[in-house]
Amino acid sequence: MVSQPFLIRGVSLPDGSRADLVLDDGVIAEIGSGLSAAGAAVVDADGLIALPGLVDLHTHLREPGYEQSETVLTGTRAAAAGGFTAVFAMANTSPVADTAGVVEQELALGEAAGYATVQPIGAVTIGLKGERLAELGAMARSRAQVRVFSDDGFCVFDPLLMRRALEYVKAFDGVIAQHAQEPRLTVGAQMNEGALSGELGLTGWPAVAEEAIIARDVLLAEHVGSRLHICHVSTAGSVEVIRWAKARGIAVTAEVTPHHLLLTEDLAASYDARFKVNPPLRSREDVEAVRAALADGTIDIVATDHAPHPIEAKEVEWDAAANGMVGLESALSVVHASVVEDGLLDWSDVARVLSSAPARIGRLRGQGQELAVGSPAELTLYDPAASREFGTGDLAGRSVNSPYLGRTLPGRVMATFHNGYATVLDGRVEEVGA
Amino acid sequence: MRHLLSTRDLSRDSAVELLDVAEDMADVQLREVKRLPTLRGKTVVNLFFEDSTRTRISFEAAAKRLSADVITFSAKGSSVSKGESLKDTAQTLAAIGADAVVIRHHASGAPQVLAQSGWIDAGIINAGDGTHEHPTQALLDAFTIRRRLHGAASRGRALDGVRVTIVGDVLHSRVARSNVWLLDTLGAEVSLVAPPTLLPVDTDGWPASVGYDLDDAVDAAPDAIMMLRIQQERMDGGFFPNSREYSRAWGLDPERFARLRPDTIVMHPGPMNRGLEISAAAADSMQSSVLEQVANGVSVRMAALYLLLSGERPSSSEREVA
Amino acid sequence: MARIVLTDADMQRALTRISHEILESNRGASDLLILGIPTRGTVLARRIAAIIQRIEPDAPAALAGSLDVTMYRDDLGRTRTRTPSPTDIPTSIDGRTVVLVDDVLFSGRTIRAAFDALSDLGRARAVRLAVLVDRGHRDFPIRADFVGKNLPSATSERINVHLREVDDDDFVSIEGGEA
Repeated sequence: MVSQPFLIRGVSLPDGSRADLVLDDGVIAEIGSGLSAAGAAVVDADGLIALPGLVDLHTHLREPGYEQSETVLTGTRAAAAGGFTAVFAMANTSPVADTAGVVEQELALGEAAGYATVQPIGAVTIGLKGERLAELGAMARSRAQVRVFSDDGFCVFDPLLMRRALEYVKAFDGVIAQHAQEPRLTVGAQMNEGALSGELGLTGWPAVAEEAIIARDVLLAEHVGSRLHICHVSTAGSVEVIRWAKARGIAVTAEVTPHHLLLTEDLAASYDARFKVNPPLRSREDVEAVRAALADGTIDIVATDHAPHPIEAKEVEWDAAANGMVGLESALSVVHASVVEDGLLDWSDVARVLSSAPARIGRLRGQGQELAVGSPAELTLYDPAASREFGTGDLAGRSVNSPYLGRTLPGRVMATFHNGYATVLDGRVEEVGA
Repeated sequence: MRHLLSTRDLSRDSAVELLDVAEDMADVQLREVKRLPTLRGKTVVNLFFEDSTRTRISFEAAAKRLSADVITFSAKGSSVSKGESLKDTAQTLAAIGADAVVIRHHASGAPQVLAQSGWIDAGIINAGDGTHEHPTQALLDAFTIRRRLHGAASRGRALDGVRVTIVGDVLHSRVARSNVWLLDTLGAEVSLVAPPTLLPVDTDGWPASVGYDLDDAVDAAPDAIMMLRIQQERMDGGFFPNSREYSRAWGLDPERFARLRPDTIVMHPGPMNRGLEISAAAADSMQSSVLEQVANGVSVRMAALYLLLSGERPSSSEREVA
Repeated sequence: MARIVLTDADMQRALTRISHEILESNRGASDLLILGIPTRGTVLARRIAAIIQRIEPDAPAALAGSLDVTMYRDDLGRTRTRTPSPTDIPTSIDGRTVVLVDDVLFSGRTIRAAFDALSDLGRARAVRLAVLVDRGHRDFPIRADFVGKNLPSATSERINVHLREVDDDDFVSIEGGEA
């Protein structure tokens, strides 16, 4: 695709300073004031904030295998709409991304779509079955250069297998992203275990089932000297364990989802399955704890766990409904509402937790870099003054299972630039067609 | 009353009103002509996603005695997937013109999903959903207690100060939940007694005291003691070592039964596991209200159907969950 | 504004007259059953029964009862939910002359429902109707055998019957209507 130059006028940088930016030839060519560029498309960015293109370490793109929910094309359109320029695609596709062939296919689909960098995540075990290691080395050495491995959706429960996986990926600086869920403690689990689950008659998902696995795995990571990443941390107890591990110098990183930063378990009282997610929405105390942990660095990043499902998987009784929510399009607004508005994070922190840190954890080059001359032209422009009632019109993927429909959210992504060209302009997803 | 989904939705006045209407319905059951023309032309659908012959028959009798047309739809074993069948079935029933849907479902909250869905405009009665609620069972239990205590002078009364002990698998019991909320609304004092594994993890917010010792509960001389059924799958699920140990610690055996006050009402929602949670001596005693509960079930369900289907129906735009 | 159309003394006289008329037409009080329609019809039935028992000392003790017709109404879906009242029939109606008593006779809909309710309870020898006020505007071919006062009224007017057993005082008033 031929890259047209862009002149972005009067944008606020994450540090609060105001500047003009020129994007040309796939990089940030100039930063300054009063800039002009011949032949460039001018973007009036007065009042907008420029952030490095957001990077999502935890996205379910569903292709191959579940194209009724999402495809790489529709999922990356959703990503662009949310200000993302790169997504890490989880391995629970069909076939599972447990071989070099599947991850290379995923990578190619992302390149063809052209809306964002798609970095495949490899499965830790064959078929996510938790029995035998997948070909981690082959995936790492493939064209997809996989560095993040996860059985997300399932916990790598066998402690010996987990130990071996942590050790093995050291050979190529990989990281295991653990879905921390003790399976025996969560048989049939439907929502956070507590007073409300007892009243609603829904089987509880106790916090200890998450915390026990995290405790085990940080100790394993310490023992074998490996990198460990914890997916979707949801409880105050998990925060305590991770804080302890980091204080000991264990190489653990952690993510929290936007929905765990904003929403609480009481939404389950409606039995509206849009609010059914795994791990489940937790208590108000847990939400306060993960917000504080994100602010103090105990939790490193925000990752969406974007999990599209067709209507028929959600318009059913709670027990029968699928777990998960779409989250790419709303992520930045939800972070804004949950931790920026009350001052826990500023915009440079947002750039860290939604861009530079996830790129660093996932060892993804060309993403998450500071907005500086010579950096890749991967950025998004956000209007923090906007406010909207979030609706299906704000969703750009194939599925509409958003918990925010009908809720007023602050801010709006006005433009996204990937690889030097616009994937979103004037708040609308562009047709890029590679 | 728009729907009857949970006893939590009932105010004290509306609960007493329903019990009073049930008294009128009970009077009708004593007449030669047991049928009332009240719901002539109305269609009541019994939608059972889970087997329950007793509850189904009770609702059928209630609807028929009010002259409603009754359609029973047993969706269990249907080949469609669980989720699809609820929506598709609801839309089918709407097309048939159901005025009320009595739903029994294995999933907690399914009646509420149906009531909120917009798939069907009918009034919904929860006839037991998962491990959530079974409001008509609690209402018939309250009705039974009130009649035992006040006889012909029951009308207009609540259950203030009446001490009710509920024993057994509270964790999985929709009967226990509906009873806790309703009995509290009616002013009764509720205690729960169960092995710790069969209690919800956090009952601090429940309007009930919680204990583990049935002997203490028996010696506290309650006005009514309600024994819950132990399901086979709990015995296999490791919630307690075996049925013998359960029966020894939490069964109403002849010895404990003998220690109860002679006028303590012995209740059971049925079907009973005789010799496990309740001994034959207790179940078949004069103090037992098990058969009254069944008879009262019809009266209470008639009252619920009457209150659901009489009165002006709000149009769908001003619909709200009752 | 409300206008009194029956004072407590008027009411007493009307009920006494109705009682005499009932006895006269029934040729005594044997096999008689006075059933009021709740709430105020029941009160009036008790008063009439008491007067009859004073006039005829041989009258049966179980003379008055209550017949609730809520479950037999044909307008249940058209108004707010009505809470039924107890039905209390002191003796079998089979072979007896039943006098239905209500406070106001208007459309006749309540009395139609009462016929259905009565037939579910047994087979009366005859059914008569006594009302304190007949305000006209019948929708059914029903007329009262014993009337306290005929009170032609506009449909927009409202008749209030107060009885001391439920309202603390005795009177009938009419209000509204004149624009």
